Amino acid sequence: MKLVRLSVNGETREFSGPLSVAELLQQLKAPRDAVAVEVDRQVIPRLQREAHMLQGGEQVEVVTLVGGG
Amino acid sequence: MSDDVLVVGGREFRSRLILGTGKYPSHELMRAAHEAANVDMVTVAVRRVDLTGRSGPSLLDFIDRKRVALLPNTAGCYTTEDALRAARLGREALGTEFVKLEVLGDEKTLLPDVVATLEATRELVREGFKVMVYTSDDPIVAAKLADLGAAAVMPAGSPIGSGLGVLNPVNLRLILEALRVPVILDAGVGTASDVTLAMELGVDGILLNTGVALAKDPVRMARAMAAACCAGHDAFHSGRIIKRLHGSASSPLEGHFAEPPRRGGA
Repeated sequence: MKLVRLSVNGETREFSGPLSVAELLQQLKAPRDAVAVEVDRQVIPRLQREAHMLQGGEQVEVVTLVGGG
Repeated sequence: MSDDVLVVGGREFRSRLILGTGKYPSHELMRAAHEAANVDMVTVAVRRVDLTGRSGPSLLDFIDRKRVALLPNTAGCYTTEDALRAARLGREALGTEFVKLEVLGDEKTLLPDVVATLEATRELVREGFKVMVYTSDDPIVAAKLADLGAAAVMPAGSPIGSGLGVLNPVNLRLILEALRVPVILDAGVGTASDVTLAMELGVDGILLNTGVALAKDPVRMARAMAAACCAGHDAFHSGRIIKRLHGSASSPLEGHFAEPPRRGGA
C-alpha cells in the first residue's frame, strides 16, 4: 500500500493511497457542510473531489466558516 | 420601519443592517442578537477546519440560513493573492457569489491596502463575484471600485473594532455624491448614534460586528443598532429642516397675553 504524504492545514501527515480529495475528507472526518478544499492553491470544486487524486507532496487546505466581521 | 429595501448585486434585503458573527460571548447570544436586529445578512470568515475533532458545535448551526444570507469575508488577508484564495474558498464552501472583500494594509490600524483592494476587486468581478468591498473613506478610491464593478462600496467610518464612529463625514458625503452603487458603512461603529449619523448622511446600509458583539448586552445593543439604522434612514429621506441661528417658536405668538421682554436700546 502506497503512503501519500501531504501537508494538510499546515501539518504534514501520511495517508494510505490511492487517495482522492473525497477520501481524504473522509479520513480526516471533516464536516460535510460548508467545507472547501484547496490543493496547491487551487480550489477543488465539490463535483471533482472524487476524481481529483492526490499524488503526495501537495499542500492541502480544508476550510470552513467561522465567526467574523 | 422603512418600507423600501436594500438591493445589492440584484438581491433584495429587508434590513439595511448587516451584522458580523465574530467575538460574541457565545453562539446563543449571537443568534439572539441577530434575531433582535432582524438582520437578513451576516458576515462569516473563512478559516481552517479544526482537524483535532475537539471543536464544539459549528457557528453555522446557530444561523437560520433559510432566512439569513451568509456573506463570506476575506478578513485577515494582507495580499491580493490571499484575498482571492479566501474569496474562492468562501464561494466554494457556501455556494454564494457574494463576498465581502477586505485586503488589509497594516495589523495595527487594520486599514485597507487600497491598491491591493483595487487589484482584487478587478479580478473577483471578472470571476463573477458580487463584490462588497471594504475600503478607506477616500472618495477617489471608492469611485474607482464602483467603476470596476463592485456590487457595493463599503468605506470604513474608522478603524475596524475601534468604536470611533464616523471620523470624516465630509468624505462620506463626497462618496455618496459620486457613487450610484450602494454605499455601506463598514467598520468603526461604537454605538447607535454612529449608525444614525451615517444613515442620515445617506448611506444605504451599515455593516458592524464589534459594537454589538462586545457590548455588555449584545442583544439589546443589536436592537438599538437596528432601530438607529431605520431612524437614520427615515430621517434622511424625510427632508430635514434647515439649521437656523435663531429660534423659531412652535406655539403661536398671536393671541398671547404675555409681551416679549424688551432688551437693548430701541
